[in-house]
Amino acid sequence: MNETELIPHLFRTEYSKIVAVLCKLFGIEYISTAEDIASDTFLLAAETWGLKGLPQNPTAWLYKVSKNKAIDFLRRNKVFTQKVTPAITSAAINTTEPEIDLTLQNITDSQLQMMFAICHPAIPAEAQIGLSLNILCGFGAEEIADAFLSNKETIYKRLSRAKEKLQAEKVKIEMPGTAEINQRCANVLTTLYLLFSEGYYSSSQNTTLRKELCIEAMRLTVMLTQNEQTNIPAANALLSLMCFHSSRFDARMNQQGEIILYEDQDEKLWNTELIKKGEYYMNLAAKGNQITKYHLEAAIAYWHTQKKDTEEKWESILQLYNKLLQVEYSPIAALNRTYALSKANGKEQAITEAEKLNLTGNYLYHSLLGNLYTGVDNTKALQHFQTALLLAKSASDKFTISKNISSLVKK
Amino acid sequence: MKEFLLIFRRENTAANPPMSPEQIQAMMKPWQDWIGSIAAQNKLVTAGNRLEADGKVVKPGNIITNGPYVEIKEAIGGYTIVKADSLEEATEISKGCPILYVGGNVEVRAIIPM
Repeated sequence: MNETELIPHLFRTEYSKIVAVLCKLFGIEYISTAEDIASDTFLLAAETWGLKGLPQNPTAWLYKVSKNKAIDFLRRNKVFTQKVTPAITSAAINTTEPEIDLTLQNITDSQLQMMFAICHPAIPAEAQIGLSLNILCGFGAEEIADAFLSNKETIYKRLSRAKEKLQAEKVKIEMPGTAEINQRCANVLTTLYLLFSEGYYSSSQNTTLRKELCIEAMRLTVMLTQNEQTNIPAANALLSLMCFHSSRFDARMNQQGEIILYEDQDEKLWNTELIKKGEYYMNLAAKGNQITKYHLEAAIAYWHTQKKDTEEKWESILQLYNKLLQVEYSPIAALNRTYALSKANGKEQAITEAEKLNLTGNYLYHSLLGNLYTGVDNTKALQHFQTALLLAKSASDKFTISKNISSLVKK
Repeated sequence: MKEFLLIFRRENTAANPPMSPEQIQAMMKPWQDWIGSIAAQNKLVTAGNRLEADGKVVKPGNIITNGPYVEIKEAIGGYTIVKADSLEEATEISKGCPILYVGGNVEVRAIIPM
């Protein structure tokens, strides 16, 4: 890697680490200072490395420079005298040099604590995803805007407001206590789940970016499973779910970026290594006696890694959806359950059940009924597909529905 | 939306003997599918519970009987709570209950919030 490739790469991997460590040291009220120091460090790297060539150990160089910049800041700023000095003097008497710990252990701890700070209940849910991408994953406003199909200014404003909220609430960068760890972990898992879904289901045409979103969500979830306190069954279940889903990442889209439906996917493109990892984490998730929605969704995703249509497969998926809907209702789970019902109990029953769902404003509802009526009552099937086409928003959804319509008309 | 308690009863008579474990096992899928159907309509409050057949009935004057079907032949086998706009809608939901296939019935009662 030369420096033009290396700097963006290091930015993605190291920026968020530096921000987390410095922010943990300074306190959340100095979050923009931490971000400025990290950005300045990369700016200096871009200038210096271009002129003098790459340092022997670029990461160590970045850490050293950001450390020095942090020390300068602390010296200048009253935060040093008021906050950090008493802490340092109690730890190491007569030390004038503030300790900035950029060891792997402290980086991991700081990032994990940062994750809990961002996913604090006081921070609005939609802001948590943006903040996670920005602070924990080093995504800029432009990339986040691209993923959310929004514009840079909107995202920038949203991020600033969220950071102000973090400061106003004086959220502490620390691990939650044992008493609240489960509830706080649940918040973190929700955000990571949404982050992953954003990447996996986003209508953004930028495949590389969508994949990165999924990888980042997985990386953060792995961090949870590597910490004794947060390695709870639900985190392993979520990770298992992510592994199973992402095993189909390369199979579910063609080169034009169009979605390939599950039945039409080439299973040779499924990533067997990720499927095995999914199974590994699913076993770890089986500890304890709590069944979360992640457990159920992981089990459903597991069955989808078995391409062959067997009675056992669809019956299992149906029962898992029956349970999932009892844990948490969502329109998408209701629709998927009805699809599984058609596979397990037949189309006739599924049509009756689908019509009870009362989701007439949802294009997926009409797509499902279109599929169920195909071969049973093609006129009704066509009507539903046409309604679905009117309701669908994204180009790739419209494309899939149009394909269904044309294959119906041909018959 | 109001909440409704669905009470499942089944008469234990010679013509309608208590269900064998195999019969109960065979009932599992229709039950799960029915509960899943209610949940898919976002009308399930709680799947509720099944009740054991044995029980006691406590009466005034420290009279305790082995019940409940010493006097009432129909035993309550379980309950579920659903939400619906009207008693009619809750009744409609109950029509799919698998207990109806094995000689049982469903009582639908609106819950008055305390």
